This record gives sequence, C-alpha cells and structure tokens, in this order.
Amino acid sequence: MALSGSKQRISGHSKKAQYGAFTGYVLVVLAILLGIALLTVSLVQPTTFSGLRGLFSDATQPVSRANAAGRSGGRGFIDSVQGFLEAGQQNADLKKEVEIARIRLAEAKAVEEENRRLKALLGLQTTDVKPVAVARLVGSSSSSTRRFAYLGAGRSSGVKPGMPVRSERGIVGRVLEASRSSARVLLITDSESVLPVRRAGDNTVAFAEGRGDGLINIRLINLGINPLKRGDVFVTSGAGGLYRPGIAVAIVTRLTDDGAVARIISNPAATDFVAVEPLWQPDARRGAATPIEESLGTNDTVDGGAQEPEAQ
Amino acid sequence: MIDRRAYKTRRGKSGRQINRDQSPFLLVVVPWATILLASYLQSIPIATAGPLLPPLGFLFLLAWRLLRPGVLPIWSGIVFGMCDDLFSGQPFGSAILLFSATMLVIEIIDIRFPWRGFAQDWAIAAGIAVVYIIATTLVSGSRLTLPLFASVVPQLLLSIVAYPFIAFIVSRLDRLRNMRLRTIA
Repeated sequence: MALSGSKQRISGHSKKAQYGAFTGYVLVVLAILLGIALLTVSLVQPTTFSGLRGLFSDATQPVSRANAAGRSGGRGFIDSVQGFLEAGQQNADLKKEVEIARIRLAEAKAVEEENRRLKALLGLQTTDVKPVAVARLVGSSSSSTRRFAYLGAGRSSGVKPGMPVRSERGIVGRVLEASRSSARVLLITDSESVLPVRRAGDNTVAFAEGRGDGLINIRLINLGINPLKRGDVFVTSGAGGLYRPGIAVAIVTRLTDDGAVARIISNPAATDFVAVEPLWQPDARRGAATPIEESLGTNDTVDGGAQEPEAQ
Repeated sequence: MIDRRAYKTRRGKSGRQINRDQSPFLLVVVPWATILLASYLQSIPIATAGPLLPPLGFLFLLAWRLLRPGVLPIWSGIVFGMCDDLFSGQPFGSAILLFSATMLVIEIIDIRFPWRGFAQDWAIAAGIAVVYIIATTLVSGSRLTLPLFASVVPQLLLSIVAYPFIAFIVSRLDRLRNMRLRTIA
C-alpha cells in the first residue's frame, strides 16, 4: 500500500506549495464550468465544433486507415482457419446447396426475363447510381451511446453532408460532417436517425427510427391493424429525396403495438467498404445540409439555408 | 522530496544503475501519452452497432490517478477531456466536464481515505465508471429511452472487468516511466 497523493502534497508552511495547491483547485473548478458551457453550446448547436473534430480526424487518418485494413485482414485469417477445420462437412453441405442454387438460378432467370418484359411495358429503366466515393469505415464511436462512424474519405473525394452511405447489403447511414479527407457518418441505429421506409413487396410505409442499441423501431404511418410479420424486410421508400428507393434497411424481429422492432441488415461491424452515393433528389439538398439534430426542435438552419427562402 | 521508491530502484541488479537517474521526459510523457492515445484508440478497433467498448481513455485516466497520485495535476482533466471529446462521438465538452469532475472527486476521496489497497481502488474505479457512463448517456444528446439504457449495461460490466487489466498495464508503464536512463555526472 502506498501513501496517496494528498498526504505527499501537504503544503505545510510553504507559501509556494499552498498557492500551487490552491491554483489547482481553482483551475479544476474553472475546467468544470468550461465543460458545462461547451457542452451546452454543442447540444444546442451540434455543428459548432465540427471543424475542430474534422481537423483531428484528418490528422489521424493514416493510422485509422492502416488499422481498418489490418482489421479486415485479421478477419480473413480467422475465416480461413475456421474454413479449414470445417472443410469436410462444408463440402457436403455445399454440394447440396449448389444443387438447390442451380434450380433457383433457373427460376431467377425466368423471373428476370419477366421483369424485363414488364419494365419495358411500363417504360421504366434501371438507373445504376455511380457512387461518389468508395471508402472504408475506419472507426466508430464504439464507447458512446451516440452511433457515429468515421469514413476514410472526405470533401476531397466529393463527399458532402447529407449523402447516403451504403454497403453492398444495405443502408449504413448518412454523412453528417465532412472534412478534407474524412467524414462522420450518422448510422441508422443512432437514436436521432429517422428514415422513411416501406415494406418490400407492398406499400406499407413507415419510419425507421434508431434506438441507439443496434436495433431499429419501425413506426407505421397508417395506424390500424398491424399488418407486419416477423421476417418482413423494409427498404428505403425514397420519400424525402435523400435515399434512393429500394435499398434494404432492416428486417422485422419482434412486433410492437404501433409497428415493430427490426434488426439492421447492414451491420456496420461486418462492413468493410462502403459507398457514398449522391443525393437521390438534389432538390432536397438544402434540407439535407442541415444536420438532423438541428432540423429537430428549432427552425434555425446552417449557412445558406436561412437566406435562400428570401431570395426566392 | 526523497521517496522510499527512489532508494529501492537504486539497488538494481547491475551496477550500472549507480549513477543513473530517471529521465524527466519519460516521467511526464508516459502517463500523458498513454491516456491521450487510449482516448484515440477507442474509436478505431471496431465499428459496432451499439455502445460496447469501455471508455478506454477514461479508464486509463482513472488507473493512473489512483495508482500514481502525484503524477497527474488536478487540472489535467481538461486536456484529456478535450482529446476524448474529439474522438468519442460525444458532444464536445462532455468529457471536459466529466473528466475534470472525476479528478476533483478522486482528490476528495484521497483526502478522506489516504490508505487504500487495490480492492478499494477497484471499487472506487468501478463506482466512478458506472456514474461516468450513465452521465455520458444522459448528456449524449440521444433520445433517452429504456432500450438505450439497457444497451449500456454490457459496456458498464466490461468497464468494471477491464479496470484490473488496465491497472496492470499502467503499473508496467509506470515501471517504464521510472527507468533510470539519464546519466548523472
């Protein structure tokens, strides 16, 4: 057992030591007051310190990027060891699966053919959106209850606030702040994230709200008898103009009174590379440039937003 | 001030330690660097869907402060908090407030209970960590719902379990900090 600090630092009759101890207490009280002030400012106006955060996340980019690469490498190694151990059983399983897959493939071809015919009939054409940037998720706020991820691409690759971020499986989130070579992404599981969705297959529209714990609340817009079932897949509806319609969002796991609790399809922990897509309807850009925290509650909008309505 | 520790370390296995002194650079840099680095590292290992990782920067601060009381000045919470705020995803200012408050609270505990063993330190760290994590949830700016608080529980338990490991790392780093590298004429 060691004698603790205060006993060692009894200042006694030394004026210098007394002043030193006193200054320390004054400073720590000032620090607490400063903390309260800064916290209030950043809760009221969340973008205030985005420049500072961006500067530091740019500066630490190389390390984060190297780490993200190492992370996916490590995962690959574990996968291959596991694969080696399970090779025999897997071989048999795969053979069976290939048989089934062949049948399904034939079915899918037929469906595709029919799809093309129907689409031609409707005069629709599939437009493949070219992503603005493809980058790694280099980190996340994994110790905070807010759900942010950090992206290894920023303004220099054309990433702007509001742009949707998706993986090959589905929506991951949207860009909240972009600095030169990094960006902060608001994940769809964050409790401030709301996403207009519809059920795949019909037009049951709903809002997908993050809960902060990795799950999503599906809130139906038309209340009545809850038509949802476990296993229903929700995709983006395109309402609001931010997200392209038809991207997978979540899968229902449990029903509630006014909707359901759903699991996200594109888990950021399993995501390596993500694509940043342009805004679906650029007209909605002005609204999207306002971070979600600000559009809630207050009418203040950032930069150009406030002047534009007067110009029109 | 002459510490008992100083005499002990002079009795090294090799005679070369006789005219060596601690490096003033390491004495200061090791604790500061490890806490700042831990604050940054908590953002990069994994992109999780919920809060899971213990607040590493905060736990390192606790461990240094509880194991080596004289090392960190009482006002240092402001510097560590600022760094933590940049990477943690919390609104800016929350760690400045909570880290500084923690330093003050430990100072008060130090005055009240100057003699402590590791078990007491662990209990103090666990208590403070629980309060800290709940406080960060309250000020995080997220909608406060029951599932959100439920999702914090694994992180709480992990933080309590992680403290002894972090304290072990800190004690090893302290050995590095006290290495006698500087030759005195």
